[in-house]
This record gives sequence, C-alpha cells and structure tokens, in this order.
Amino acid sequence: MIAPSVGLPLPRTDGFDKVTGRAAYVDDLRVPGCLHGATIRSTIPHGRLRRIRRDPAFDWSGFTFVTAADIPGQNVIALITDDQPALVDGIIRHAEEPVCLLAHRDRERLLAGLRAVTLECDPLPAALTIREGLARKAKIYGRDNIFKEIRIRKGEVRTAFRGAHRIVEGTFRTGLQEQLYIETNGMIAIPERGGRMSVLGSLQCPYYVHKALKRLLGVGDDRVRVVQTTTGGGFGGKEEYPSMLAAHCALLARKAGKPVKIVYDRLEDLAATTKRHPSVVRHRTAVSREGRLLGMDIDVLMDGGAYLTLSPVVLSRGAIHAAGPYRCENLAIRARAVATNTPPNGAFRGFGAPQTIFAVEMQLNRIARALRIDPVELRRRNVLRPGDSTATGQVLDAGASGPLVLEEAVRRSGWSVRRASFTKRAPPDPERASKAPRKGTASGRIRRGLGLSLFYHGAGFTGIGEVYLDSHASLAVTRDGSVEIHTASTEIGQGMRTTFAQIVGDELGLPPSMVRLAPQDTSLVPNSGPTVASRTCMIVGKILANAAADLRDALVQWAGDSPRRAPGRRATRGPWNPQQFRRLASAWVRKTGPKVFTRKYDRPPGMKWDEKEYRGDAYGAFGWGVNVAEVEVDAETFEIRVPRVDVVLEIGTVVNPLLAQGQAEGGTLQGVGYALTEEVVRKNGRMANAQLTNYIIPTTADTPEFRTTLLSNAYRHGPFGAKGMGELPLDGPGPAIAAAIENALGVSIVELPITPERLAKAIRARPAHE
Amino acid sequence: MLQPRDLRDALRLLVPRNGAPAPVPFAGGTDLMVHLNAGTLRDRRFLNLWGLRELRGIRLHRGSLEIGALTSWTAIRHSARVRRRAPSLEAAAAEIGAIQIQNRGTIGGNIVNASPAGDSLPALAVLEATLILRSVRETREVPFGGFYTGYRRTVRRPDELLTAVRIPLAPIRGARHWFRKIGTRRAQAISKVVAAGLIRRSRTGCIEVVRFALGSVAPTPVRASRTEATLLHQIPNATVVARATAALQRDISPIDDIRSTREYRRHLAGVLLRRFIEESG
Repeated sequence: MIAPSVGLPLPRTDGFDKVTGRAAYVDDLRVPGCLHGATIRSTIPHGRLRRIRRDPAFDWSGFTFVTAADIPGQNVIALITDDQPALVDGIIRHAEEPVCLLAHRDRERLLAGLRAVTLECDPLPAALTIREGLARKAKIYGRDNIFKEIRIRKGEVRTAFRGAHRIVEGTFRTGLQEQLYIETNGMIAIPERGGRMSVLGSLQCPYYVHKALKRLLGVGDDRVRVVQTTTGGGFGGKEEYPSMLAAHCALLARKAGKPVKIVYDRLEDLAATTKRHPSVVRHRTAVSREGRLLGMDIDVLMDGGAYLTLSPVVLSRGAIHAAGPYRCENLAIRARAVATNTPPNGAFRGFGAPQTIFAVEMQLNRIARALRIDPVELRRRNVLRPGDSTATGQVLDAGASGPLVLEEAVRRSGWSVRRASFTKRAPPDPERASKAPRKGTASGRIRRGLGLSLFYHGAGFTGIGEVYLDSHASLAVTRDGSVEIHTASTEIGQGMRTTFAQIVGDELGLPPSMVRLAPQDTSLVPNSGPTVASRTCMIVGKILANAAADLRDALVQWAGDSPRRAPGRRATRGPWNPQQFRRLASAWVRKTGPKVFTRKYDRPPGMKWDEKEYRGDAYGAFGWGVNVAEVEVDAETFEIRVPRVDVVLEIGTVVNPLLAQGQAEGGTLQGVGYALTEEVVRKNGRMANAQLTNYIIPTTADTPEFRTTLLSNAYRHGPFGAKGMGELPLDGPGPAIAAAIENALGVSIVELPITPERLAKAIRARPAHE
Repeated sequence: MLQPRDLRDALRLLVPRNGAPAPVPFAGGTDLMVHLNAGTLRDRRFLNLWGLRELRGIRLHRGSLEIGALTSWTAIRHSARVRRRAPSLEAAAAEIGAIQIQNRGTIGGNIVNASPAGDSLPALAVLEATLILRSVRETREVPFGGFYTGYRRTVRRPDELLTAVRIPLAPIRGARHWFRKIGTRRAQAISKVVAAGLIRRSRTGCIEVVRFALGSVAPTPVRASRTEATLLHQIPNATVVARATAALQRDISPIDDIRSTREYRRHLAGVLLRRFIEESG
C-alpha cells in the first residue's frame, strides 16, 4: 500500500524540463521542408477592402499567397456564432484583422514579401469605444451592436428602493488586460498524405481548434488532427485565438502542399490577439440604516470588440458575479456586450468576473463610507451564509465559505490593528510648491493604507454548460502494466499533469509516478472539454477519479480473491502494492486484451438551471477568497507600492498545496498588474504600446510579499473534495488595492488601472470623498 | 556587420565610400536590436565595436574622470571612482534596464542613441561632460550641452565615433549629487521623468553652484538653465523654491505619450526639483 499523494506538495512533473530548457515548444520543433508563414493585417479599424495589391516589381517566386478566396470550406472561425471570418472578405471590422497570408521557405524573403503587399481600402467611420458602439457610430453587429443582453431578476427592486434608508450610486470602469503568457502564440500545420491536416501548437483547447478547422476546410472529423505542444502559459489567451492561427497555418499548408509554421513575435501577439473585456459597471444600491443590502440595481457593459467570439459567455459570468458574494433579495442586473471596431476581446482568467467584482467591492466600500460602517463589518452583515441564495437564486449549502475566509483573513492580516495604525492624514496637496521645503519630510510623504476585498468564483461551465460539453475522459492500462490518462485537457502551467496523476494514483492506490499522460492529440484522446473555467481539476479530475474506480473494481473482479489481497484494507484503495499492480495489470491486458475505461461528466443530482430566466444553480461549487492589500503611496509623485498582500482562499480539498500556492500567488500578481500598471494604449484602434517595455507588467521588484492561506471545505462532487481555483485569485487584488489607496489618500477610486497619472488627476479634481 | 581590428581600423571603416552610407556603429546593441526586431531599423550595415578594448575603462586623466564610450553600465555602477566623483552617474547606471542590459549596454550607446528618456543623460548634463568624437580626419571635443540638436538628432557626423566621455572634476568639488528616476515600475522601466542635480552651498546656506537637468520632458535631455538662474546665490526658502518651480515649467516642454501625460510630467518635474533642493540642503 502506498500513502495517498493528494494533499502533498509534489513538484510539477513537467517542471524540470521547463526550467532546464529541455522542453520543446512549437518554435523548437524541426519539421523538414517547413515554410514560414506570416499575416498581412488591416491598419484601419473599419473599412471596405477594395484590392490587395502585390508589387509587380517584386520577385514572387517561392511564395505561397492565400486570401479568403482560397478557403475550401466556410470562411468562419467556428465557435459560438459564425460571424468572424478567418480572412477579411470585403469588410474590415477592426485594426490588425487578418486579410491575407504569405509563406516562404526563407524568413528574410518572407519579411520582404510582407512589405511588397499593400491593402487598398476605403475607410468607414469606426466605433472605438463602448459608448460609440452603443450609439451605432458604425454598424458592426446586428441592428444595435449588442452581441448579447442578459437580465437577472430577483424579488421586487422598485419596492426595495422605496423603503431604503440610503441609496448609494457608483460607476466603475476597467480597461483591457493582456494575458501575457511567456510563449507567444505559435502553430505548425502539416498536410499529410490522404488529405489529413495535422496541426501542432501552443493551445488550451484541442477540440475547439478541431471544430474550427473542420468547418474551414469543409472536411470530416478524421481529416483533422490537432496536437498540443508544450505550452508556455495560456490564461485564456490560448482558448479561442489558436483556432484563428491554426486556420491560417492550415490554409497556407494546404495551398503550398508543405508544412507551414507561424510563430507571432511579441509585437504581433500583443497587437492582434484577444484581451480582457473593458467594462463599465453602474451600481445603485438601496441600503438600510444598518447597512443591509435591500436592493441592487446593476448595469454591466462590456466591450466585446468586432466579433462575438466568447463575449456572451464572458458577459454571463460577469453578470452572475456582479452582485458579489452578498445576500440581497431584490436585485436587477442588466448586462450587455457591445460591438466596437477593435480586435475581439476574449477569455482571460476570471472571464468577466474580475470586472464586476471590482465594481461591487468598490460599491460596498462606498456604502461603508456613506454609513460610517467599517468595511469588514459591512461585509460581515451581508456575506452569503449557508441557506442564503445568490443573485440567480442558487441556494448555498455548507459550502458557503464567505464568513470563514473573511474571519480568517481579518485575523491573519491583523486587519483592525493595522488599519487603525495607518492613521488618516489630510489629503495630499499636489501643489505644495508655495510651502517651504522642510528637511526630513520623506516619511511624511508616504501614505500607507489597508484595503480588503471579498469575492467568490464559480468553478466549471455555467448552468447546464457542463452537460452540453458532455466531457469524456479515459484511463488505459498498458501492456507493461502502467496506467495512462487520456484527456484533451492541457498543461498550461497550472499543473494538471501532476494533479491528475495524484488523483488517479490515489484512487488506484498507486504512486503518481506510475500514472502517465497520453499526448493531447485529438486522434488519440477523447474530448474532455476545454481547459478553461477552473474546471480541469474539479470536473475532469472527477471524471478520471470515476474511471479509476471502474478500473480498480474491474481489476479486482478479474483477479478474483487474489491471493495477494490483504484483509482489512479500505475498499476504496487498491489491494496491491505498485509491483503487484504492475504484474497483475500487465497479465490482465495480455490475457484479455486492451483495457480502456471511459467515463463522462455526471451532473451532480439536484442541480437546476433555467437558461432563459438566468435562474438556478449557476455553478456546482464556488471558491471563496479574501485579499488584504497594504499600499504605500507617495503623496506627491503618486507612485504606488504594494508591500504585502494577505491571500486567503477556500478551494475545497487542496490536491497539491505547492501548485495551489503557485496559482494563488501567480493569479494575485496578475491582479496587481491589472490594478496598477497594465494598460493598453490605442491610437485609432491600434495598440500603440505593443512592447514589453511599454505594456507594464509587474517585475519581481514590484511583487508584494504574499501571505497565502489555503482553507478546505470539501466539495462532495469534486475529486477527493477539490474545487476549481485557477481563476479565483485574480478576482480580489484589483478591489483590495483600490480600497487600500482610498484608505491611504482619502480619494474615491472608480477605475482600473490606478496609474499615478489618474491618481494625480483624481486628487486635483476632488480632494476628498467625505 | 563589419569587424574592425582596432580603433584606427574602425574609423577607417566609417569613411563612406562608393556612395554607400557609413555603417552604423553597433556597441551593446540594446537599442538597435529592439528596432531591428520591430522592423523599424532601416540600416543594413553595422560596425561592431564590441571588440575595441581601447574604448573601455574608467580612469582619472588631467583632473577629469574619463570613461571610455564602450564601458558597460555594469562596470560604471561598480566603479569606486564613479561612485566617489560622479555618484549621480552611478545611480543612473544602476537604474538602467535589467542586469543583462547593464552588461551589454554602454555609456556611449546611451549618449548616441539620443533618446530624450536616456537615464544617464541628465547626470551627464549636470556633470558638464565633454564628449570626445573621433574620425580619421580629426578629434574634436563637444560639450554635452551642445551635443543634441533635436529629437534623436546630434552633432555627430556619420564618420565620427564617440570614443570617450570626460567629466571635469575641479568645478564640482564639494558639491552634492542627486539623481532620481520615476519610471513605469520599480525595475526595467523607461522613465516618465528622470532628473539629476548637483549643488554646492556656502556655510551660510547660499547656493554657490547649482545644476539641474531632466529627461523625458522635452525632445532632448534638458538642462534647466532658467531654473538654475533663479536659485544661484540664493538661500532656499518658500519664495525661492516657488520661483524656481515656475521657471522650471518654462525650461521643459513635455508631451503626452504612451508612457505618461504632459500634465503629470510637469507635476513630477516640480516635485523632483523641490526634492532635489530639500534633499541636498
């Protein structure tokens, strides 16, 4: 018998190869005869494409040239709605939109070829902001430029506002954010004999790419094969975009009859690929004298960009999380995703929730100030408890860990003492010029503040999404008696290779090292759904645990009352040691043929969801979190430092505490960047700062000290009680840091990122909020 | 990429012939490679300076601190001579890029690249450095204040090579040096405003020598001469500082760009001037 590995901080199985440079990413693969491909993109945000002109004086020999006319199937990137073309056909709807493709054996020639193509366009008026999209400055989607509208209703909002002690209002904004995986998007398409197209690349969702290529090429399932290569990060940025890149590679490869590789450089990746949706969220809240939330009226707007892509689903998650983890019996949420002439926004860790959680947390702070109640106390009074229901009417069971994480964070961070010690000072005077310079004022210039955020995040697809996905996962027993995991779930740095092996190993009573992972190749593995939505460990891990139980039972049954079976062993564990299992399993396969155990997603009993009314059980489980952020703000330069963030997360059973801590810290740091520095600057719809020198993510020097606490409130339907956690950490830092800055300076923060420039302006405009 | 044997060879290779333009001197490549990668570099011929050992080194020479143009930021930030005689330059060196960039990036490259945001340039401005330019025809000395003629434009001719930077030490003996960079983050950042100062006060507190310069606030690095004039021979007090801050706003002409705003830069410049006076008091 082997000791269980779930709960142990095992190092990542893929870690060593990655840090030693042994891991081969897509650009490291050597494919004989491979051509380099490149994309010619629009430079205007909206217009009619009149002509693609190739310089007749240029030597075009050896080039492959692809336009929309070369597409054998449909010119769409199949995802939710068929509105996005693979290549522009007539109308350009955003800057950086792919228009045509070039490939050549020699990279320098290819670059010269790019310069010899000009696009002749007639520009049209462009809608570049949510406001312009709503005002229909340009016609982009449908009649009103609304990709999707969602309404969530509960109770009687109008009555609640009539009986309110106070009505508090606020409008909050967030900007674009780039996922910034270390490895840029890259793909190789290889045309094979018999007409099959193989595509290898950096991606999160092999079957999304598979689906898109079938439609584009007009072929059946077995004519397309998609393989994930070692992937240097995704964060949602490789959820839908790889379908576009794979389409381009496949079109070039098909026409050239040769393999074609495209690897974006950072500039192209930043300028052209998806980002987090910008948002404007308006809150009106009716509160009682004691600070109870009597009614909430919330309006959510998100900028979807020029095509629908995943915007309805991002909007949905944003809307469901818009009321935060708070009890309110009367609410109305209206959420709209708006079309603009900008590159489509897409999936990014958090998926709409960081935007609306920022807004609701800042609104709670505003209410606390209006009623002169401590922000922790206000949350204590309103946090969802077991038996309460969420915005969609989902009644929470004992898994409602809001009070638990809140009290734990207050205690561990020393909230009361520290908050009191950051004594309030007069708001800074940026025009201190007239005052005499004093010696030793440095310490006086630094204002410190403490801020808190409380948040939750639903794990897995929303509502009946998981049922539609119908995910399958398999375990195979190999002839040498080891176990192989067959899923399309991808390792993108989150550690699924390790956690899957731990889960399956524990279910079988084997060490994780005896569990292997089959390649993420659509010709070999079943569709276990996309690697998104904090679902891999919780949903696919559970399917695998079930398959492992089947395997174990079948093997035990085949072996009969095996002589090696020791009495008194727990029935849930294998009655074997690893050597015995290997011998037994090997004999089993050799004598009775290949063994594959496939399970599919089982919906937890009792879950109900009404997609039309947006009512019911939105998620199987929620992860819960609190961030307590400390900031130091220079009251004259408005430089902001975050010396410490306390992170308390409740994520069910912690399968691997080392990986979970990595997820917690990495997600929180990504949230620090979102809060303070990450800003996409656009000029006429094009990104003007598409370089890492000017798109500012935190460095190690900007990284706070993290004090992370992981709490476990086991989820009955997760593997060994685990819940999803990948996205949760990114929901909290924005509002916690903003609240800390409010505390430090006495200004009202309504927008992310909080740059020194914005802060200076806010202080000039309105010295104090009270 | 042309590979010169020595400095004389390098100068010869810089002479334009047969109508072809002079090759672009390539030192650490930390600026040129960025442009090459972004596809914005037009030049195709380069002169590799990396092997020219005679262009490296930090020495005292006839009352000046002389720094070879090819000296890396790593060498400068770890030089005891620089720390003692030109501490603002040492502070600037420590703020440039990452360790890898400091290993490759050179003082000459930073000067010739002529970015208004160059971190070392305000320090060199207040140190009143002299730049040594050599060609096969002549060697000339150009005062730092006369080197830049406009946005990314300098008086260097294509056949000239910046070989050394000379900092005269006598005029700044006993002065206090000051440097501050405000970037987009705490490390590996390009400056929003960068400033260097140098001040010497009499026993009575009267300012005897004052120099103040800034980067990222105009098309070129700026020596704040109007500001200096209001401070000279004064004992700093509220009125003096207010007058200096007002003068500073006439010395600079910042713009909105992808890193910051005109308004914030004007505000920061004023804050930095006040801190310079306070902290070197």
